Amino acid sequence: MDIPRETLLLMYERMLKVRHFEDRVKDLFAAGEMPGFVHLYLGQEAVAVGACATLNDDDFITSTHRGHGHIIAKGGDVKLMMAELYGKATGYNKGKGGSMHIADPRLGILGANGIVGAGLPIATGAGLSAKLRKSGQVTVCFFGDGASNQGTFHEAINIAAAFDLPVVYVCENNLYAVGTRQSDVRKVEDIADRGVGYAIPGLAIDGNDVIAVYEACKEAVERARAGMGPTLIECKTYRWRTHFEGEPDTYRPPEEVEAWMQREPIAPYRTKLIEQGVLTEAQASKIEADVLAELDGAVEFARQSPHPEPESALEDLWA
Amino acid sequence: MRTLTFAQALGEAMAEELRRDPSVVLWGIDIGPYGGAFGVTQGLHAEFGPERVIDMPVSEAGYTGCGVGAAATGLRPVIELQFSDWITIASDQLINQAANMRYMFGGLISVPMVLRAPVGGYTSAAAQHTHMFESIFSFVAGLKVVLPSTPHDAKGLLKSAIRDNNPVIFFEHNQLYATEGEVPEEEYTIPLGKADVKREGSDVTIVTYSYMVSKSLAAAEKLAREGIDVEVVDLRTVDPIDEEAIVASIKKTHRLVVVQETWRNCSVSSEVAAIAAEKALDYLDEPVLRVTAHHVPTPFSPVLEEYVLPNEEKIVAAVRRVAGG
Repeated sequence: MDIPRETLLLMYERMLKVRHFEDRVKDLFAAGEMPGFVHLYLGQEAVAVGACATLNDDDFITSTHRGHGHIIAKGGDVKLMMAELYGKATGYNKGKGGSMHIADPRLGILGANGIVGAGLPIATGAGLSAKLRKSGQVTVCFFGDGASNQGTFHEAINIAAAFDLPVVYVCENNLYAVGTRQSDVRKVEDIADRGVGYAIPGLAIDGNDVIAVYEACKEAVERARAGMGPTLIECKTYRWRTHFEGEPDTYRPPEEVEAWMQREPIAPYRTKLIEQGVLTEAQASKIEADVLAELDGAVEFARQSPHPEPESALEDLWA
Repeated sequence: MRTLTFAQALGEAMAEELRRDPSVVLWGIDIGPYGGAFGVTQGLHAEFGPERVIDMPVSEAGYTGCGVGAAATGLRPVIELQFSDWITIASDQLINQAANMRYMFGGLISVPMVLRAPVGGYTSAAAQHTHMFESIFSFVAGLKVVLPSTPHDAKGLLKSAIRDNNPVIFFEHNQLYATEGEVPEEEYTIPLGKADVKREGSDVTIVTYSYMVSKSLAAAEKLAREGIDVEVVDLRTVDPIDEEAIVASIKKTHRLVVVQETWRNCSVSSEVAAIAAEKALDYLDEPVLRVTAHHVPTPFSPVLEEYVLPNEEKIVAAVRRVAGG
């Protein structure tokens, strides 16, 4: 597949932005600067970035509790994200949503979601809406291996398949739902095989290879836009961190974590881009330096922003 | 004025909104050529076609969630649940998603959807086709809950619900579908959150809603012959609840009976009693009484169901007790 240079560069920049954003959040959360709790996307960067690179600005995504990567990949503003994580008035949701509930309808981001599997029917509804409005918009629905055992997975994909809806279901299989190894509670090896049950294409791919994710999603998005219905894409990946920050890692063998960290998605991609002449070392370093500077600005913005007025807790319920 | 059945009035409301606004879409089980389990959507598929009146698979969480996603992206879905008992299956999408979204996202996304569902007993349909869950959804911040009692109200309230930019749950009592009433030919809407005094009276206030309005009006006629003048306040919308109307009627009669078909614990009737205690205690001459179902699932046998659910006699007895004090 011929991928435009600007897309290749955008994917590099976005993966770095996710990686460094999450690294900052890890440290700032540990330092006690953020309330609540956070689920980090470290290690899975190629999935969100490869998938979102195939979308237009007005296409939709639904996200999950581990959503920072999806929001950044779809073009989310890291200043507004960071401020929201700090619970500040200037955040995406004015401090009402936090880490798990960032939305930006201007970018088609229909929200991260704290309920596992709840995004699948919502994404399907966005797909039905696009089809009925004849808008040509495609929805990418991100969800995890755990969500694939929820009833909503099966209900939503059946509906999308029955009506040939323009939805791409991107399963991020990171092997564990909280602390339960998924192969202990699921018989089928590849979640992608469940596509057969709904007569839709199901692909299992390397979720740490951003080009593989991009190519699979590109084809699925084109199918969807052409009215040929949904696709299920299972991206095999791994989260470097525990389910949430602060959780002791009692359930994963350290050598498994180490092996997956060796297979991280960004460094090999950088090498490949340089080898192929898409990027020079200097350009690659400049992109990374710019990302770090942007994140410095985001943290500063979040720290300096005011807390919400207490009375604002009573606003925004009703339209 | 012409008369329509409750079901016809609802169907007419949807037809008018479908004609008026291209973003209005209906979906549910058997609502297409079949016309809906209670016939409410009859003729709509023929007029508006399969892209506006859509038959869904049996997937309550799935197609309710589709409503949330569609409402967030430019449509106004009106979803029919075949029986409200199955709302439990759809509840995550209503309670954690639809109700929360606007607030949780800081006002960035609105969810203008309506979920319609038949409710209620008196059908010998036992415990999974009769229950009423309006109290559960009234408890939730971010949902509006409507239960009309007449064809006129049904049409005007449903049109308002469809035009509302928030998620609205619209419960239609099965015993009302075939009832007839006057419905104007000309366009009208009825605002959500406004009660209606269905019978003026001076001695005792009954606050009620849905099918219990007609039971309460029948009880009031019987009591009138005994010289007890009953005022019947139909809440119509239980969330937001019309506190002013409740308090105004108590100030007039000084006696309150709350009539509600379903269970009483932590229910709409509890809320009405709490409003009376907080805002009108000084005007009450007697303790508030409630006529509700017994706290058991609805039984199958007509004899048992009659025992469990409220009826005219139970309402009459309660009003006599507060009136005689």
